[in-house]
Amino acid sequence: MDPVVYFFVLGFVARLLRSDLKLPGVLYESLTIYLLLAIGIKGGVELASHVYGAIAIQALIVVAMGAALPLIAFPLLRYIGRFDTHNAGAIAAHYGSVSVVTFAVGVAYLAKRGVEYESYMPLFVALLEAPGIIVGVILGRMSERGREMNWAALMREILLGKSIVLLLGGLAIGWLAGPAAIAPVKLFFFDLFKGALCLFLLEMGLIVASRIGDLRKAGIFLTGFGVLMPLLAGSAGALVGTLMGLSVGGTTLLATLAASASYIAAPAAVRIALPQANPGLSLAAALGITFPFNITLGISLYHAIAQFLHA
Amino acid sequence: MNTPMKIHPKKLLMIIAEAALERQLVADVKRLGANGYTVIDVRGGGARGDRGADWDADRSIQMEVICDDAVATRIAEHVYSSYFENYAVTVCVTDVGVLRQEKF
Repeated sequence: MDPVVYFFVLGFVARLLRSDLKLPGVLYESLTIYLLLAIGIKGGVELASHVYGAIAIQALIVVAMGAALPLIAFPLLRYIGRFDTHNAGAIAAHYGSVSVVTFAVGVAYLAKRGVEYESYMPLFVALLEAPGIIVGVILGRMSERGREMNWAALMREILLGKSIVLLLGGLAIGWLAGPAAIAPVKLFFFDLFKGALCLFLLEMGLIVASRIGDLRKAGIFLTGFGVLMPLLAGSAGALVGTLMGLSVGGTTLLATLAASASYIAAPAAVRIALPQANPGLSLAAALGITFPFNITLGISLYHAIAQFLHA
Repeated sequence: MNTPMKIHPKKLLMIIAEAALERQLVADVKRLGANGYTVIDVRGGGARGDRGADWDADRSIQMEVICDDAVATRIAEHVYSSYFENYAVTVCVTDVGVLRQEKF
């Protein structure tokens, strides 16, 4: 386990023991902005030195994968979990989209072991934010034939949410500026990155522990889903990564992305698009189970699956 | 300022809601005739659980609109029919006095 995960555990335990530790909401927001931007810039700088044709094809495959993930999650939730269409669609949207912090922990995991990966992976993070949410919302609204939906407003909410704007913006800035011009901000965006990630994980630990009550209400099925769905999606992601020619490291990260569930972009968009869905359910699963599972055990499992598929 | 100061009766409409609704609510109150509004970040709890404002999905806002009786009723009815069913929302109306009634 990478030491960044210890910070998550610290936050989690502190909140469970009812410590008065509380990070100000503005710090959470500032760290989110910083992490998204830094990940984008790093990917953009690396993107400058690659062949675009090959990446474009990979990008299309990745978007298709993102759109397909809710199609795995939805039937499980609807027909085995017995959730109504709205809740099944809402949870599927969260699992179709990705968690940037899980990705960052995956990068730290690989770095610690000296495993190389395709340095333009942040592009895939940005590309995977939206398709899963859109497909999840469409699935969730299937029973809604009569009522009109303001798709323009929803697309703006999803595509202009801060995750996509900062990731793509960072990618563009890094790509346009190139390594030499980015050097002066290297200290701030690259060298301090891991420290910021530690603080963010501390906050995540606090948040997850404070939602333990939701988890109890969510029930056995959703708890199982929170572990099984990332295993399924992670395996699918590892397969896609191997088939499209990524390295073991790149495959591990794509599997990690597929396995992760969004808690920044998806909740905001889904709250507006599927108001009938109970946000407590999606967040209990995505944040309460899948996020801790992925950063503690999941990533090393996906790494093992990637190694197996590449052997 | 030669005219003597006078206090005019108005309504203060207060909407406490999930932060996810902020953009929609701002558009709603403008469309329904409010001349101004104030939004404050708040935290609290109720029938839909505690909202500690620790992070995005947990944030709440308090929107205040000073307006005349008809506009307050119109906004309250709209919020009632559009958001009460699915969102954590509270609405209340109180009497207030303002100095410049043409502003509201």
